[in-house]
Amino acid sequence: MRAFAHLLERLAFTPARNAKLRLLRHYLEQTPDPDRGYALAALTGDLKLRAVTPGLLRGLMADRIDGQLFALSYDFVGDLAETIALLWEGGLDEDVPLREAVAILRDTGRAALPGAITAMLDRLGPSQRLAFLKLATGNMRVGLSARMARMALAEMGAPDVKDIEEIWHGLTPPYQPLFDWIAGGPRPEQAARAPFRPVMLSTPVDLDQLRALDPAEHVAEWKWDGIRVQAINDGGTRRLYSRTGEDLGNAFPDLLDALNFDGTLDGELLVRRGGDLGSFGDLQQRLNRKSVSRALLDSHPAALRVYDAMIWQGQDLRDRPWQGRRALLEAADFGSDRIDLSPLLPFATWDDLAALRADPPDPVIEGVMIKRRDSTYVGGRPRGPWFKWKRDPMVVDAVMLYAQRGHGKRSGFYSDFTFGLWDGADLVPVGKAYFGFTDEELRQLDRFVRQNTVDRFGPVRAVAPLLVLEVAFEGLNASARHKSGVAMRFPRISRIRWDKPAAEADRLDSLKALIP
Amino acid sequence: MRADQILHPTEAGLYCPPGDFHIDPVRPVPRALITHGHGDHARAGHGAVLATAQTLDIMAIRYGADFTGSRQVAQGVIRIGDVSVSFHPAGHILGSAQIAVMPDRGPKIVVSGDYCRAPNPVCAPYEPVPCDIFVTEATFGLPVFRHPDPLAEMARLRASMAEFPERPHLIGAYALGKAQRVIALARQAGIDGPIAIHGALERLCRFHVEQGIDLGPLVPATADRVDAQLVVAPPSAFASAWVQRFRDPVIGFASGWMAVRARARQRGVELPLVISDHVDWPQVTQTIRELDPEEVWITHGTEDGLMRWCEIEGRTARPLRLIGYEDEPE
Repeated sequence: MRAFAHLLERLAFTPARNAKLRLLRHYLEQTPDPDRGYALAALTGDLKLRAVTPGLLRGLMADRIDGQLFALSYDFVGDLAETIALLWEGGLDEDVPLREAVAILRDTGRAALPGAITAMLDRLGPSQRLAFLKLATGNMRVGLSARMARMALAEMGAPDVKDIEEIWHGLTPPYQPLFDWIAGGPRPEQAARAPFRPVMLSTPVDLDQLRALDPAEHVAEWKWDGIRVQAINDGGTRRLYSRTGEDLGNAFPDLLDALNFDGTLDGELLVRRGGDLGSFGDLQQRLNRKSVSRALLDSHPAALRVYDAMIWQGQDLRDRPWQGRRALLEAADFGSDRIDLSPLLPFATWDDLAALRADPPDPVIEGVMIKRRDSTYVGGRPRGPWFKWKRDPMVVDAVMLYAQRGHGKRSGFYSDFTFGLWDGADLVPVGKAYFGFTDEELRQLDRFVRQNTVDRFGPVRAVAPLLVLEVAFEGLNASARHKSGVAMRFPRISRIRWDKPAAEADRLDSLKALIP
Repeated sequence: MRADQILHPTEAGLYCPPGDFHIDPVRPVPRALITHGHGDHARAGHGAVLATAQTLDIMAIRYGADFTGSRQVAQGVIRIGDVSVSFHPAGHILGSAQIAVMPDRGPKIVVSGDYCRAPNPVCAPYEPVPCDIFVTEATFGLPVFRHPDPLAEMARLRASMAEFPERPHLIGAYALGKAQRVIALARQAGIDGPIAIHGALERLCRFHVEQGIDLGPLVPATADRVDAQLVVAPPSAFASAWVQRFRDPVIGFASGWMAVRARARQRGVELPLVISDHVDWPQVTQTIRELDPEEVWITHGTEDGLMRWCEIEGRTARPLRLIGYEDEPE
């Protein structure tokens, strides 16, 4: 477990995605089975262990250390597992195999658990103790998504990431068949029902690029502003996956209940009340929940708007042209009023489509999708058959308030900017952006920050409110968590307004008026 | 004479009336005894300074030759007014000393300054000095602080340099003491190639070498192109444009505070190295037990934890609440 503890520590402090991938890949390459499989499951949240409560951990410390010294220590460290890992005395620093730690947390009965945890902590050094306690409390917090874990696996051998995603949900820790496959063995059988299948993605396009294409060979539909999902009913097994293969079912039991069909559909997850679509903010209320309250199910009902079918009534349609798949969908009965078909847009020329895009009939539309009539369904992001033509971003002129130093390639540069809008005579922070500018602009921004610093807080500087940044963003949600009451989606700096006086930046009221 | 007639805190620092001197005063005084060369203990502008030869040299390097009116090298027992004083190694940085204050009648007081009991290749080891009153720091005065073997931390640095061979590793370390210790530890750990040093370290590294401490090949980290994978710099350099010359660096920081993740995160550190020049919890408690003084006085740091420990142990202790020392002197 020493290597696992080291990996967790490095991941926790490494901000850059590529560096994280390398750390994980090296670990997986150098660690024997089954330990690496358990480590992978711990990182992707697929390891099912006994939940060790904070109360149990505090109880372990009660007769080992003076209560006041414990309280002072916890107050200083700020994390219970870390406090205990640091305070525990007499650890032997044995290199205990991860599988042993997993077995103890999986197989020990409730009554014997405190004793078993104590015995394990007595065998470990501080960094392993922390890893073990994080495993026990089920909270890794190292900023690594399941998607990134699969990318690291893909870097190890021949299977690429979409092959791995396709079989992922049939696998269980410690994933021996998966590692055998990566090492050149046979592809694991798809054992699970309702497996995830790689989703077909589109590439961005603009009007100039469209003009080179024949409108008659293409269809168009709205790009709905929800979450792209794959909804499956496979012989009674129902699943709802995100486009990267995360299982969303727990958060959307109402929609799972509505999947009364036989097949695998590609569509948009939305909140829908009768005919009215909820905003993306409404949908966010439903995300990332282990369970959903009755009240929220009633106030924010989930729905599916279907774009395509991959499998329908036992037939794999992916090799058929789009128009064949669409004909089946037009005739299909989805078995629930929560599911409907995304309508096609009538257009003869690209200018017709441009006019539709410029004036969408619903605020929960973020552009149009354009697909070749003869396109087969190909997982991944093939260039050409499918395009997204997003609506123009919203923009606001904001004032730079704070700047934070970046990491990795931007080390030493102030590259993360908090910006604000006028509210009366005050500037209220409304968001943070860290891309959208060129390297040369980054150097100019960095120079501005250094020359106009008025206060410092660790890696953050407060700057004199002088520079106006044009910020582009994809949408706006009401937010109780932000002081301004709004949260922007994908904010980035679209222009630096060296010319514009800060007093002429936009007002918070005018931004709030844009909330759908 | 009562203890607090021999030594008591004032706004300028610890003052000894019978000898009419201050120890590590934070503002100019007529006569100062200095434990070690860190800026918050050793300031310029005193009338007279008594310190170890190395501390006097360091002060001259940092503040110029005229940093004090007169100076005296601490050697043996020295009589000042109605008390005697002697200096003893503290194991903190090059030249660091504890100061024993001995009245003709009354308790012997040892002011340890900053001290450390872990082996340190760049200075003489701490020497226990029996006393009636022991004045200790409590920088790491909580039981969560148990500093690991510094060579194990160096092994982590080497592992990272091997894992990311294309990325320069920039290690933040305070210019005096910590930086040279990190370099010497890197040599012990088998890093033989050139190590680049920030300009602010150049003079102090040279002084260590002059004192007979082998730091191996050092190159300046000031050119546009720096031909070394390991770079040592003062932490303040990471906020300056100097960092911009390095492509995708791994930023590390060598400090006892790195034992606590939230502290490392606040610093934006990618490779925290727990290397400290201060006593950790086992060292400070062991030292108090070993010296077994009548009283423990605690100067600065997280004194609440150490106060509580003394209370549990049935020891008399009091916080001096000295002001002017850095909250984070590492």
